[in-house]
Amino acid sequence: MMDESNPYLPYIVRIEDAWYETPVGDRAVKTFRVNFTDEKVWDTWSHEPGNCAMVGRLGIGESMFCISSSPTEEGYLRFSIMKAGKVTSALHELEAGDTMTVRGPLGNAFPMAEWEGKNIVSIGGGIGQAPLRPVINYIRHNRDKYGDLKVIYGARTSDLHCFKGEFDEFTKEGTACHLAVDVEEEDWPHFVGFVPDLLMEVAPEPDNTIAVTCGPPILIKFVTQNLEKLGFTADQIYTTLEERMKCGIGKCGRCNVGSLYVCKDGPVFSYATLKEIPEAFA
Amino acid sequence: MGDYKFAKDKLAEVLSALEEYEVFAPEAIGDVLRFKAVSDPAGVNLDDYDNTTVPPKELMFPQTETLFKYRLGQTDVEPELPDPSSKRVVVGIRPCDALAYTIVDNLYGWDFPDPYYQKRRESTTLVGLACAVPCSTCFCPSVGGAPASEKGLDALMFDLGDVYYVKALTDKGEEFGRAAGLEAAGDAESKAAAKQGEDALAKVPRSIETTGIPEHLPALYDDTFWEQFSDRCLSCGICTFLCPTCHCFDIQDECESFDGRRARMWDTCMFAEYTRHTSGHNPRPTRKERTRNRISHKYSYFPEKFDVIACVGCGRCIKNCPVNIDILDILEKSKQAGAKEAKTA
Repeated sequence: MMDESNPYLPYIVRIEDAWYETPVGDRAVKTFRVNFTDEKVWDTWSHEPGNCAMVGRLGIGESMFCISSSPTEEGYLRFSIMKAGKVTSALHELEAGDTMTVRGPLGNAFPMAEWEGKNIVSIGGGIGQAPLRPVINYIRHNRDKYGDLKVIYGARTSDLHCFKGEFDEFTKEGTACHLAVDVEEEDWPHFVGFVPDLLMEVAPEPDNTIAVTCGPPILIKFVTQNLEKLGFTADQIYTTLEERMKCGIGKCGRCNVGSLYVCKDGPVFSYATLKEIPEAFA
Repeated sequence: MGDYKFAKDKLAEVLSALEEYEVFAPEAIGDVLRFKAVSDPAGVNLDDYDNTTVPPKELMFPQTETLFKYRLGQTDVEPELPDPSSKRVVVGIRPCDALAYTIVDNLYGWDFPDPYYQKRRESTTLVGLACAVPCSTCFCPSVGGAPASEKGLDALMFDLGDVYYVKALTDKGEEFGRAAGLEAAGDAESKAAAKQGEDALAKVPRSIETTGIPEHLPALYDDTFWEQFSDRCLSCGICTFLCPTCHCFDIQDECESFDGRRARMWDTCMFAEYTRHTSGHNPRPTRKERTRNRISHKYSYFPEKFDVIACVGCGRCIKNCPVNIDILDILEKSKQAGAKEAKTA
């Protein structure tokens, strides 16, 4: 846990490894594996799949990102960050050996304990796979506690897939992985088309199943519609929201959707909750 | 708790006796009246103001404050917390502004308590000054206040013409009375103060019946009624910057060579930038959504979370809006729109 006497103070972390998930350039995704410079932090640190953290650089600022590693991956944290603005561009300049700041864990988490015994289907698009990765890994590392696991994932092109090697691993372990690219490309053996359409082809059974989806808003919208067509009820569908954030602890005001603060009451919400809040889809 | 008094012409002496405190009182800087640390007690005048232009929220939550400092390349940061041993007393704060602290306390105290705000709150004694004559834009009784409300105060003063009657309300208030060397008041002053409070209450010019507003506002999310007000809004943000309960802030890093600081500063939901994502997408792209958020936050979202409306009826947003947007007008019209919505639903 963060310094409880002052939630604005960040930890300093050292980057142990950093690599690009997608081709270098604007909107590239870079993953950072980090460790606390003060290893004693691990004694009090605990996070759950879905939790976020403010990641930043002193002198530049900080922004909110999901922790893309599962707590079952011990000894490091991972963040996968798309280059988009001032803070993310500054973070992309960093390499192994450099330091950055982490303030967290923040926000709520996927109710992994509640989901024990259920089948899980993960539906992601682009960088939206980052918050789903800890869910998938948490299940892989607690395999006997959960039912069937299906992974559905797509991006515009195969180049833009994040965590590329990992899907082969899941398949080898017996997890059904369904991958997609938006437009046809040479030697692509999998689905060509949008993720919501792939979802309809895979057509997971809603019985005793939880669907978790994350991606661009348009993907979430159509995935949710299709899940309902497949018979999923709103309380079986979970997603994460993102808004501009500064404090991460429910004080600076800007990330509210209706009366809920995404930083503190979220980022994880069931569709049943979001349906009641018109601003959630603004 | 004790009742005290002192002659009005002894104000400077009383303030000078408060040696162990840093004393804050209203001070005019050009046209702007705001609470400042008193350098010359003889210059303090509590006679000629209805309320300060800038609310004393800045005493707990400065317009800009350093959270921590750092040196680039080093692996630690140095917090800049307020000194908890310093004692401060605010003399002449109006009851509405003291009430505002009790509302904002909810937010700064929940879950991750905010040490910067809380340390200042703890080390500050609030000595209020009851309003004998309410402002033209006041509506404090509609939202839990009153011209002589004691809520959130440590002591409350009444201007009785020649003397200030001082009613201690808490241990901190008693300590102030002792430190200031005040003499005991009698029944006559206490009765005069009570009468003044009642008279002032009757003179509050404006009001709103708030029952039902927190519940009906969410139904007006898509209603066009907001546009009557947002269409003329200039997005200047003065309604929020001068609001004693508005607490939103931005956080920025500032660096000169290798020495830097992370600071927070007041921000406002009336600016487009406030919610704009890095991608360019903005969930509140126009003044309509931003006006809706300001009103809904105060009168629906905040009460839903903390069971209290985030407005104290001080009237600053009404008085200072350059295009005469009036929060009471919005709330009254929201009732009509709400009734229409309920009919068609």
